[in-house]
Order: sequence, then C-alpha cells, then structure tokens
Amino acid sequence: MSQESTSATLRIESRDNGSLRIVLTGDWIARSGLPTLDPVIQAVAAASGAVKALEFEADALGRWNSGLMTFVLKCWELCQQQGIGFRTETLPAGVAKLLQLSQAVPEKKDAVRAVTRTRWLQRLGESALATWEGGKGMLTFLGETVLALLKLMRGKAQFRWADVFLVMEECGPRALGIVALINFLIGLILAFVGATQLANFGAGIYTADLVAVATMREMGCIMTGIIICGRTGAAFAAQLGTMKVNQEIEAFETFGINPIEFLVLPRMIALILMMPLLVLFANLISIAGGFLVSTLMLQMTPALYLHRTVEAITLNSFLLGVVKGGYFGWVVALTGCLRGMQCGTNAAAVGLATTSAVVTGITTIIASDGLFAVICTILHI
Amino acid sequence: MTGPSAKPKIEIRDLTMAFGSFVVMRDINVDILPAEIFIIMGGSGCGKSTLLRHMIGLKAPAQGEIFYDGEAFWHATEERRREQLRAFGVLFQSGALWSSMTLAENVSLPLAEYTDLPAADIRDIARLKLALVGLKGFEDYYPAEISGGMCKRAGLARALALDPDILFFDEPSAGLDPISSRNLDELILQLRDSLGATFVVVTHELQSIFAIADNSVFLDTHTRTMRAQGNPRELLKHSPDPLVREFLTRGAPAPSEPATTGV
Repeated sequence: MSQESTSATLRIESRDNGSLRIVLTGDWIARSGLPTLDPVIQAVAAASGAVKALEFEADALGRWNSGLMTFVLKCWELCQQQGIGFRTETLPAGVAKLLQLSQAVPEKKDAVRAVTRTRWLQRLGESALATWEGGKGMLTFLGETVLALLKLMRGKAQFRWADVFLVMEECGPRALGIVALINFLIGLILAFVGATQLANFGAGIYTADLVAVATMREMGCIMTGIIICGRTGAAFAAQLGTMKVNQEIEAFETFGINPIEFLVLPRMIALILMMPLLVLFANLISIAGGFLVSTLMLQMTPALYLHRTVEAITLNSFLLGVVKGGYFGWVVALTGCLRGMQCGTNAAAVGLATTSAVVTGITTIIASDGLFAVICTILHI
Repeated sequence: MTGPSAKPKIEIRDLTMAFGSFVVMRDINVDILPAEIFIIMGGSGCGKSTLLRHMIGLKAPAQGEIFYDGEAFWHATEERRREQLRAFGVLFQSGALWSSMTLAENVSLPLAEYTDLPAADIRDIARLKLALVGLKGFEDYYPAEISGGMCKRAGLARALALDPDILFFDEPSAGLDPISSRNLDELILQLRDSLGATFVVVTHELQSIFAIADNSVFLDTHTRTMRAQGNPRELLKHSPDPLVREFLTRGAPAPSEPATTGV
C-alpha cells in the first residue's frame, strides 16, 4: 500500500440503452480534491429525463474507501430523487455491500435534530425561567446547609471532624505560598501608587496609612477570597462533580448518609475557620510589601513607617477584614459545593461545574464586598 | 428456602415511572419472595436501571408504591425511609466506591455510621467482607489503584457491610470479562445460600440470567410496561410472548433447550 496514489477521476458516458455510465479511475481515497457530483447532475439534467439508469465502470478503479462511498451514496440519492434506476453490479462487491448496509435501516426522520430558531422574546422568557430555577436551586441548597448545620449543633449530623481537618490542611497551609505571593505584590503596588500620588501633595508619609487601611479593610480579604475561590472552590466543585459522575453521591444516599451533612458541611466549616487566619496572614504580608517599597525606594525610615501603620490600623478595620474573610470562606464553600452537587453526569459537566463555581464565587465575593462597603459607610465603621 | 406461600419480601404495586411528563413505564406489579434472586431484564434503555433507582430510594415514583416487608417505602417519612435503606445493600454499575477512601475505609464507613462497634471490630468486619469477595490484602488500596473488576467486588463488599436483607445489583457483569462475570455469578449464588438475603439484579446478560435467576420480570420499551414475569428458564420454554422468547434466545428464531441451564 506504499505506492504513490494516482489521482481519482471520473468520466461520464451516455449509453445507447438510455443509461448513463460513470467511469471511475484512479484511487478514490477520502481527501480534498476528489471529483464532485456536479458533472453527474449536469449530465442527468442535460439529458432532460432521457436517463433511465445510472451505472458504473470500475475496471480502472484503484484503491477506495469512504471517499468513494460518499460519492456513490450521493449518486444513489440523486437517482432516488429523480426516479431513475441505479445499477450496482459493476461496482466492487464491497461498495455494493456497504451501500446496502447504509440503507438497511431507514432514516429516522424525527431523530434528525431540527435547527429551531427561537424568537428573542421566547429566549428572554426561557433565560428568565432558567435564572429563576437557578435562584431557587441556590436557596434550596442554602436551606439544606443551614438545616445540616442545625443538626450538627444538636450533635445529630452524619459528620466527621477528621474530614474538616483534612480540608483545613488542604485549603490553609498549602495555600500559604500563593496567598503570600499575591498579597505581597498587592502591598507593593499599593505603596507605589500611593507614594507617587500622595507625594504630589507632599503627603508621601501617608503611604503607610494607605497601605494599612486598604489592606486591612479590603484588599487582604478580597484577594485571599479570590485566590481561595479559584483554588479551593474549584476543587470542591470538581471533587463533588466527579463523585456525582461516579455515582459516589448516590452510594451515600443509598446508605442513608446525607451528602450535604457528610460532604458539604466539613468543607464549609473548614473554609469558614481557615479563611480568617489566611486573611490575617495576607494582611501581614501585604503590609510587609508596602514596608519594603517605602523604606527601600521611597526613603521612609522603618520606624516612621511602622509608627504610621500602627496609628492607621483601628480595631474596627482589623475586625472587618477578618469577619469578611470568614464570610468569603462561606461564600466560596457554598458556591463550590453547590455547583459540584448540581453537576450533570458526564465529564463535560464537571468542567462546567468548576467554571461556574469560580465565576459565581468571585462575582458573589465582589458584589457582597460592595454591599459591605455601603453598610460600613452608613454605620461609620 | 421459603415455600411459595411465604409473604413477599418486596411488593411493587401499580408503579408508574416518569421523567416529568414522559412516562418510562407504567403498571408494574411485582412480588419478590424472600431469599429469591430476582432479575429485572429488558432491552437497553427500557428503564431497568430506573426501576432499580425507584427501589433504592433515588427516584420517587410518579404513581404507585413499593412495599418492603409489607411496609410502604415512598409514603413513609424521609426519616423512616432512611432507616429502611439501612437494610439494603447496593452495588452500582461501576462500583461507585468513594474514591478518597481506601477499600477498608469504604466498607467501614457505614459500620462507623450505624453501629457502636469499636474501631478495631469495625476493621475486622471490613477485612472479613473484603475477604469474602476475594480482596484479602487489598484493605489499604485506593479504588484508583485496582482494576475495574476488583472495584466491583469491593463495591459488593461495601454493599455487604451492614449485613443487608436485600441486595441490589445494577448490571453486575457490565465491563467484566466472561470469567470474572461467571465468578461474580457464583459469588452471588453462594452469598444467597449462606446469607439468605434477597437479591434484585438488573441485567441483560443472558448467561447470567439463566445461571442465577429464580424469578424475573421483563420490561418492554414499546409497550412501556412489564411484558412477562416468572423464572426465565420457564419463560424461555413456555412464554406465549414471542418478544420475550426472542430476547431470551438472543433473537434466534426457534427456541430450543438452552445450553446454559445446567447450573
């Protein structure tokens, strides 16, 4: 089969008995540049109804595969349409057999997917309904987790503290590196931006205040929330989604073990406990970043910078960051587990669940942080 | 074994299964006796597994009821249904072992949840159950580290954990080579004889059906209901329904004595 392949050609001959003979030569191997059906259609049309049958001559036909088959099938369909005969005797035996096989089961007309065009109003309605259903699903899940938490408090939940510690280790200490790196850079950036802008007013000394306040109140918890959402929230969705695909969740249910209590609750508690600690760590690292920039590049004395930082930090802003951290931990666990539990039962669905968990998580974090900002302004916190 | 006059272990009454408005099967009425190996058979996609999912509490029926030992399953409170579930063991198609736990932990978890046994005893029971299915020495392996057939057997060990009254199998021979499949059939027979449990098996593997079945129901996609009930060997010989005979003979026209009945 290693010989150079010859190009496929076709010639059309009219025969005395009213049939059209298609002479096939060369190798009909599926690739671009095979002859099309057009000459046959033209020949049939040119004869204007005089053609009684199509036949083939395959004496000079070389190798063939699906390339020839699709051509023959199209010829056959043409004959069906035009009501002309179709002779397969002179085709290679394999081609005739395959043709027969392809026609053995009639086309299931209603199985072919119709491309339905929907009106924009219908699409709007459908997406509104889907959003409504999604909201309901989220609320149901929220309710289930609250019930599970209440059961835990009464000591009745199917729940193992060992699982909590396992998740805590996974989402806490193992995330320290990335949390440190990102927050250090955020501290650097805040210091640079602050210093250049404040220097215009001769207030460069307040760079320390800016870094401390921005980190404590906002950046520390938001950046950590986003990192943990992308890291741990996605992992939760993928774990639970894969368990769903694998029927592991159903296996829990058939043992009468509530998957919300057994799988979701430990993840949620672990993140709610771990996030405030991570935020504390993030705040420290971010301030260290600001400190480094200010003292090494902006000629502030270390003592002055530290003094300003301590002055700027209030108990309120410190607590605000930590509380928001715990809240974001809950948001990440909730969205990650929700999307995991909602996952469909195939591999593509796990990918969708993971994506959706991260998108929902980050959106909720940023949106609710805005809400926190408004509330804090009103309450003068 | 229990006589024919014994009270049925499982009764399915006028069961209709539906996804939304799409009815999969209707009017299913089945009695399953204690210690019986009961086969749910039928063509691919006819709703065999769906019926199983109804029986193990994963999907609520659109209509009808399932009774276990005369007690309603779906009309009971969720709390009570969970208690009833504890008397079941389920082997899923792919085993569905909890992938984050070792085999021993998989078998131990239900024991730890529902018994007050000390950890050492639980470990012993887990070892015993794994030994029963031929997985001695694999206690500390994770599901990903063993073959598909072993996963299935480990799944069976887990299903046996709470010494269930009723064992459900979803396509036990799917994805197994003929010998492993036959070994699993033998294991099912031995377990039935020694534990006295009732077995409900979803399968369309003819050799398995003839090897293990005491009783069966045949579900049909076209009429969307049960088509026949009885011992498959009897059905093969005497069923008036050509479709059932066709299924049991693998589409061969004239049914003769099956070669696989000699078990």
